[in-house]
Amino acid sequence: MLQFRMKKEAVQTTRRQFLIGTAAAAGLAVGYRLLATEPALAQSAPAAAAANPFQAYVEVTPDNKIIIHSSQFEMGQGSYFGIATLVMEELDGDWAQVDVIGGAGNTALYGNLAWGGAMQGTGGSTSMTSSWERYRKAGAAARTMLVAAAAKTWNVPAGEITVAGGVVSHGTDKRASFGELAQAAAALPVPEVVELKPREKWTQIGSDSLKRYDSHGKTNGTQTYTIDLKMDGLVTAVMIHPPKFGAEVESFDAAKAKALDGIVDVVQTPRGIAVVGTNMWTAMKGRDLVEVKWNEAKAENRGTAEIMAEYNKAADGPGAATARNDGDAAGALASAAKVVEGHYEFPYLVHASIEPLNAVARVNEDGTIDVWGGHQMPDIYQAAAAQVGGTTPDKVKLHVMKTGGSFGRRAVADADLIVEAVATAKALGPGKPVKVQWTRENDMRGGRYRPAYVHAIKAGLDKDGKIVALQDHIVGQSIMNGSPFAAMMKDGIDPTSVEGASNLPYAIPNMKIELTTSDVNIPVLWWRSVGSTHTAYVMETFIDELAAAANRDPVEFRLSMLENHPRHAAVLKLAAEKAEWDKPLPEGRFRGVALHESFSTFVAEVVEITYKGGSDFTVDRVVCAVDCGTAINPDQIRAQMEGGIGFGLGAILQEELTLTGGVVDQENYDTYTPLRIDQMPRIEVHIVPSTEPPTGVGEPGVPPIGPAVGNALRAATGKTIRKLPLIKNLSA
Amino acid sequence: MVAFTLNGEAKTLDVDPDMPLLWALRDVIGLTGTKFGCGMAQCGACTVHIDGTATRSCQTSVSDIEGASITTIEGVSGKVGETVQAVWAEMDVPQCGYCQSGQIMSATALLAETPKPTDDDIDSAMSGNLCRCATYHRIRAAIHEAAHRLEA
Repeated sequence: MLQFRMKKEAVQTTRRQFLIGTAAAAGLAVGYRLLATEPALAQSAPAAAAANPFQAYVEVTPDNKIIIHSSQFEMGQGSYFGIATLVMEELDGDWAQVDVIGGAGNTALYGNLAWGGAMQGTGGSTSMTSSWERYRKAGAAARTMLVAAAAKTWNVPAGEITVAGGVVSHGTDKRASFGELAQAAAALPVPEVVELKPREKWTQIGSDSLKRYDSHGKTNGTQTYTIDLKMDGLVTAVMIHPPKFGAEVESFDAAKAKALDGIVDVVQTPRGIAVVGTNMWTAMKGRDLVEVKWNEAKAENRGTAEIMAEYNKAADGPGAATARNDGDAAGALASAAKVVEGHYEFPYLVHASIEPLNAVARVNEDGTIDVWGGHQMPDIYQAAAAQVGGTTPDKVKLHVMKTGGSFGRRAVADADLIVEAVATAKALGPGKPVKVQWTRENDMRGGRYRPAYVHAIKAGLDKDGKIVALQDHIVGQSIMNGSPFAAMMKDGIDPTSVEGASNLPYAIPNMKIELTTSDVNIPVLWWRSVGSTHTAYVMETFIDELAAAANRDPVEFRLSMLENHPRHAAVLKLAAEKAEWDKPLPEGRFRGVALHESFSTFVAEVVEITYKGGSDFTVDRVVCAVDCGTAINPDQIRAQMEGGIGFGLGAILQEELTLTGGVVDQENYDTYTPLRIDQMPRIEVHIVPSTEPPTGVGEPGVPPIGPAVGNALRAATGKTIRKLPLIKNLSA
Repeated sequence: MVAFTLNGEAKTLDVDPDMPLLWALRDVIGLTGTKFGCGMAQCGACTVHIDGTATRSCQTSVSDIEGASITTIEGVSGKVGETVQAVWAEMDVPQCGYCQSGQIMSATALLAETPKPTDDDIDSAMSGNLCRCATYHRIRAAIHEAAHRLEA
């Protein structure tokens, strides 16, 4: 996903907040409002919050429920649980009362504070960073108001009242549930300042035994995803997309499809054709009967073989822009005692979440629009829905659904799914809800891939085996270019193309990181851990190769260059220690190590593989050490490391999307192959104790696994695989 | 018209006989716990039990289920099923949860047949079920834990 590096002062300004009470009609709701000194943001702040519980963070209802409105999107990574933990730490409620729903449509309330608060969105593993103070304060304010209400009702000093497990009490005779106090609390003034619990009093944050509140619904089929939505008159649309990116509908003949029983309509959308049926199966049958003529005048006709050949050629020339330039890399390379160099190649990758992409939209009689879906970028989606629907954003109501994965794919600047759903709903007419449901084939061929990249890297060692220079030229598409995020680019550098390389922590006196952004009409996007998906592999396998060239131990070699980076060094040492790095392995088994920081979280992984010759090997064990600052939910940190390792491992071993003549070759999981259980290693996760502010864990487990496996394979075979995926290219 | 048993109750369906059971369950009957992921028996999200055997409902036509007894995630019951569900939640196996209906249907079928599965048994029985969140590490641990509890 994306990582925004907004200006620090913007973050600080936005944090100048004070609490306001939002006396919701029935119960207590607590929200923040920005100071009026920020006119642009304050404008959209909840002046009418009293009437709208969706503008709050914590609702306590008269029937004793705690409903938390999350600014952050839940796609499996546990952001709702994390945010609920922050609220519950301060509120002292009972977890049985808790539910979390997605908030949207109010940037002032839900803007991501890690991005300066100017836009709501989930990405760059920022959910806990953004929520850390916001949601603890909300919980504390709600608790303070409940206590004040009890004090007033019972006519006792607030200081004598205790709160535990969702019950407010005084002495032995006075007790009330949160729900019983909710209405009285709502009428009270909201405290301008609240005191947060000191670390030593925490019972929820950092608790190893605390379990997700939302697991049961995922074990009995009751959790509702977008695909499961039911509503009166809901019909299903199956999409026909152009076979090549950039092609457009020239004409279509839907007569045969429309003659089919159960086909409601066949309509054109900005991207193709929507075949609308009373159910999915009927719509798919109708789809097969539609004849479409495509205009390919603007289509991308290149295949990946041509594209990669162009990239390899470009990588040998000078870079178009320079992301980092320390010392004189070229000069130092010229006088180095030993030079190591090579080209790395990375294929396009698909997010391939198991819930194929979808959205439900309804244009209402009064001109308002409802959109249900995986709203990972709500502000952008609201604006896009309004534009397609011919109305204003305030007339669009977003319903944030939990989704079956995302890995970045639900955060799209051009709001592709939202646009299709609203366009289809608009064509059907008012009051007719439609679910746009992509098939697996739509999903795999739908674009928004992790871009393909080539790196041309070169490094020099002096006679003592120290790295004196490193030079890397990255060639590939920009994710931000041409999107609203292009504003984040500086001097022609898309930070998502170079992150993980431009901030390489090792002490190397002469370093140059160059970028050439290619012009290819294949839509690309952030894919779990973004730039680090390729930069970590390049840097960490190359450093390992340099260690071998210098005849140094890979762990010791890295540590010798990390004097000024104690958090990097600490996770590396911890992983090496827990993996018993220095202990010899039985014959046929090999270790590899990698270290990488992404999104301000530090992760080191040591893998053990069994190598049997050729391309036959298994990844048996992974030891992972992570420093993500204060650990909010330790067991979820472990879960994200485990999942990130599995996700990254599948990609590095065997995932690859190719195109021939502009047409994507893969359509389904038979040819695009994520990791399966029989390839999953045993994993141990060790969390570095820390009192630093929390950082994210959704992505940072991914980057080190590829290079750690690559390094173990080099230990086994003597060569670094520079072209991915590994299995295919190991035998090549 | 097709007659069958669904989660213990007699049921009839009058739909296109070619319609996959998956879509009949989801769009006609309204049981949405069984998920669509690929439509070609590659991901296992649509796994149900047909006469006790874990089966991909996306590749089973309605015309094939005459007289069969079908269990979906909504109908999971009995000691094995309930133990698996409880352990799944206790160990926080799910992340996004979307594939987990299928995982649980495959896991319960495995444990019904092989009460004490080895890692290899698990890998072989569960390798048809993709999890893009890669919760495999915990799926394996949860199946062992369920087996352990069922033995007790």
